[in-house]
Amino acid sequence: MQLAVWTYEGPPHVGAMRVATAMEKLHYVLHAPQGDTYADLLFTMIERRAKRPPVTYTTFEARDLGKDTAQIFQDAAREAVARFNPQAIIVGASCTAELIQDDPAGLSEAMGLPCPVIPLELPSYQRKENWGASETFYQIVRNLADKSVLRAPREGRPARVNILGPTALGFRHRDDLVEIRKILALLGVEVNLVAPLGATPQDITQIGAADFNIVLYPEIADEAARWLEKTFDQPTVRTVPIGVGATRSFIADVAELAGADPTPALGDTSSRMPWWSRSVDSTYLTSKRVFIFGDATHAVAAARIAREELGFEVCGLGCYAREFAREVRAEAARCGIEALITDDHLAVEDAIAAAAPELVLGTQMERHIAKRLGIPCAVISAPVHVQDFPARHSPQMGFEGANVIFDTWVHPLVMGLEEHLLTMFRDDFEFSDEAGASHHAAHSPRRASVQADAETQVADIPAPALAEAGATGWTDEAERELKKIPFFVRGKARRNTEAFAAADGRAQIDLETLYDAKAHYAR
Amino acid sequence: MSPLAILDGCATERAPATPAASEQPRPVLRERGQREVFCGLTGIIWLHRKMQDAFFLVVGSRTCAHLLQSAAGVMIFAEPRFATAIMEERDLAGMVDAQDELDRVVTRLLERRPDIRTLFLVGSCPSEVIKLDLAKAAQRLGAQYMPRVRILNYSGSGIETTFTQGEDACLAALVPVMPALAADAPKELLIVGSLPDIVEDQFLRLFAEMGIAKVGCLPSRNARELPSVGANTRYLLAQPFLGDTAMALEGRGARRIEALFPFGVEGTSDWLRSAAREFGIDAALVEKIIAPGRERARIALSKLRPQLEGKRITFLPDSQLEVPLARYLQDELGMELVEVGTPYLHRAHLARELDRFGPQVRVSEGQHLERQLDRVRADRPDITVCGLGLANPLEGEGLTTKWAIELVFSPIHGFDQAADLAELFARPLRRRDMLEV
Repeated sequence: MQLAVWTYEGPPHVGAMRVATAMEKLHYVLHAPQGDTYADLLFTMIERRAKRPPVTYTTFEARDLGKDTAQIFQDAAREAVARFNPQAIIVGASCTAELIQDDPAGLSEAMGLPCPVIPLELPSYQRKENWGASETFYQIVRNLADKSVLRAPREGRPARVNILGPTALGFRHRDDLVEIRKILALLGVEVNLVAPLGATPQDITQIGAADFNIVLYPEIADEAARWLEKTFDQPTVRTVPIGVGATRSFIADVAELAGADPTPALGDTSSRMPWWSRSVDSTYLTSKRVFIFGDATHAVAAARIAREELGFEVCGLGCYAREFAREVRAEAARCGIEALITDDHLAVEDAIAAAAPELVLGTQMERHIAKRLGIPCAVISAPVHVQDFPARHSPQMGFEGANVIFDTWVHPLVMGLEEHLLTMFRDDFEFSDEAGASHHAAHSPRRASVQADAETQVADIPAPALAEAGATGWTDEAERELKKIPFFVRGKARRNTEAFAAADGRAQIDLETLYDAKAHYAR
Repeated sequence: MSPLAILDGCATERAPATPAASEQPRPVLRERGQREVFCGLTGIIWLHRKMQDAFFLVVGSRTCAHLLQSAAGVMIFAEPRFATAIMEERDLAGMVDAQDELDRVVTRLLERRPDIRTLFLVGSCPSEVIKLDLAKAAQRLGAQYMPRVRILNYSGSGIETTFTQGEDACLAALVPVMPALAADAPKELLIVGSLPDIVEDQFLRLFAEMGIAKVGCLPSRNARELPSVGANTRYLLAQPFLGDTAMALEGRGARRIEALFPFGVEGTSDWLRSAAREFGIDAALVEKIIAPGRERARIALSKLRPQLEGKRITFLPDSQLEVPLARYLQDELGMELVEVGTPYLHRAHLARELDRFGPQVRVSEGQHLERQLDRVRADRPDITVCGLGLANPLEGEGLTTKWAIELVFSPIHGFDQAADLAELFARPLRRRDMLEV
């Protein structure tokens, strides 16, 4: 048993729902008890879909157990097919139904339904959401692909491609797709199929007609792409175009497989990020320490952008999915750090606190951790809340994606600077000590109890806050000096100074020690 | 545990106040099929806020953890007092192993959180299906940790409980550990059902003014300071979903005070008056005490009535609050009830509410989701009360909705919340009329 308050991923059948909901004219008959319909609201509320997910739940109850749950499943499947008239159905069990062993595959096969039935085996007690999505998509492709549909000879026609990976409840999948289509249009490449998002089972049968595949989200589409490589001899583009550099490589890779000229796409002038990053206003971003956590694809892409395109120092990198740990470890090695592979948010919180970064890039969970620790933060990966399914165009991929990323990441830092100025001025008598945060994107540190000393009381000026709880060995003077350091680097300065003092055998930290330590750690 | 058994059991204690109705019970449409409802685990979200010293440990799957996280929204991050012990492959291998694992998780939890005084082991569908004996585990661990921590168990599984029934199961688990009220003690009042603190305080003030000396609340704000129960306990249900808890209280000798549920001016008045009558409080005094609240509520409601009068409403099953809320909307705001769906219909507890419905009101129990949605589309009510999985899709079809969960999380009982309750229904309609895009 694993004790969990918060999980980065749902159970695998939620992954299957993400594929089913992304597609059209496909229905999912899910053998599940009452209550599992909660997952519907992820789609109707977080993603704000105006349609119910195409899922029929069997809703068995305690009194059904041991007698007619199999019959309930068959009735639900028959009704769903009659009502929704899908081109194909997928059938499977949720965690509880897995235990009662009704075998949806065998049951639906015996029914002779008028459409293809794709059985899913999703081991709920071993695997998680992304694996469920990947397996579901793979099974759909494997079962439906028409092996007699092959690509026509190339001469005299544009290259055709399948775009694989976008699903429902995917972080920015909708807008990423717009950007990818834009690039392909500039390269003169035709889209044979986008799947799962927007595809029908009928469309999937034609998957073999493409010259090659683009895997946008390996967590979801890599398994299917490997099968397509084997079965239809279709090569795969695996470069994930998040960031300017990665977008350029992506364009080069696609152009090469398509036999197209990459120049028009590479010359796309919509990319403002390189100039923004070079403008002198961005100088203060240099070597800012950033902690990155998310799904492997977004975390690795973010680390590259951070290092190569924004000039940050990556002080922490990790992902919550063991399946893709290898890529994250490789990127972490390039950053000169150890990767953090865990699905325990408390371990992530500890790692962030220990690394004392100036910016956190992560999921919704890291947003809350950063909030608690008073560190600026931006969201780069699922799981996310409703605000990260925005109304406006907001891709992560392509050149526009890079623009979005620049704004999104720098915004909390600029805010952090403003916050620091406000905090500095807060000690001036014109400003009230009660002045709160000017916004919600960054947070001032918890206010230490203000202990006014006699002199400042006479002057009627609020005294600077004194020692934070737990600090030992600091003189009042050094403590006050520490307060003058911007709050978002104060934690690191305190830690470094204490480490320095300990290493140097100094029992007390006075002004001298503080500045000796500063010199010691100078970049 | 089956709902039918509960219904049968309670029918015998039904007061003979409305003989006409019991001779000819109102026809109820009973359906089975897909149910778009939460399971009882969801009750944890509000119960843990109410009982500040309690921790809820769900023994379940990743799905259970994901459900709690989805239902709890952002609350999950504020050091919540609930968690899930997620069962893994190896836990399913053999029963002995699972019990050992549970001991390990509980020990770790109690070491980390020394502030916990009551721990609920909450059963889920997976733990019920593999018949993991949580009662035995609670007993074993309880013996180990008493007196520091009391360990109880109940089931919030979807196969047994729907949404608010999770609270019923939890409170029913508390009843056996309530202290005994001495046989010769004077009559005591017990309010049953979790209410927001502000509402609970309003009611306690009113009862104090009436001179009812001792009023207990179940759940109490502190799970270790439970009210007493015995033959001289008279209990008043504040919520309509407490069938099992009522049975357990009856089992300890307590007797129910028959009343409308305290929604709106009439419901609240009847609820307070019924209790006062039971305690022999002078009727004139009671009227004097409730008059200011009644008047305030009447004034506040008169502003909302024009927005709701004549509007047609359908309730899809969710919380069992549907029947009393529909009664309130019909009687006090002039709304027209089209269909009132409820996951379970407790005929005894809701008898007086149901009697107020006109004969044309369609009452349904249980759900066959697709057929019910067909009826909604055919009826085209002005407003449909439903869960969040259905609300946006119905709005997408051009139907105005009110999402039901808010009714469980908002203060809606009592005089001073009567207008807030009406506003919850008026707002979506007003918004529909305001938007020009």
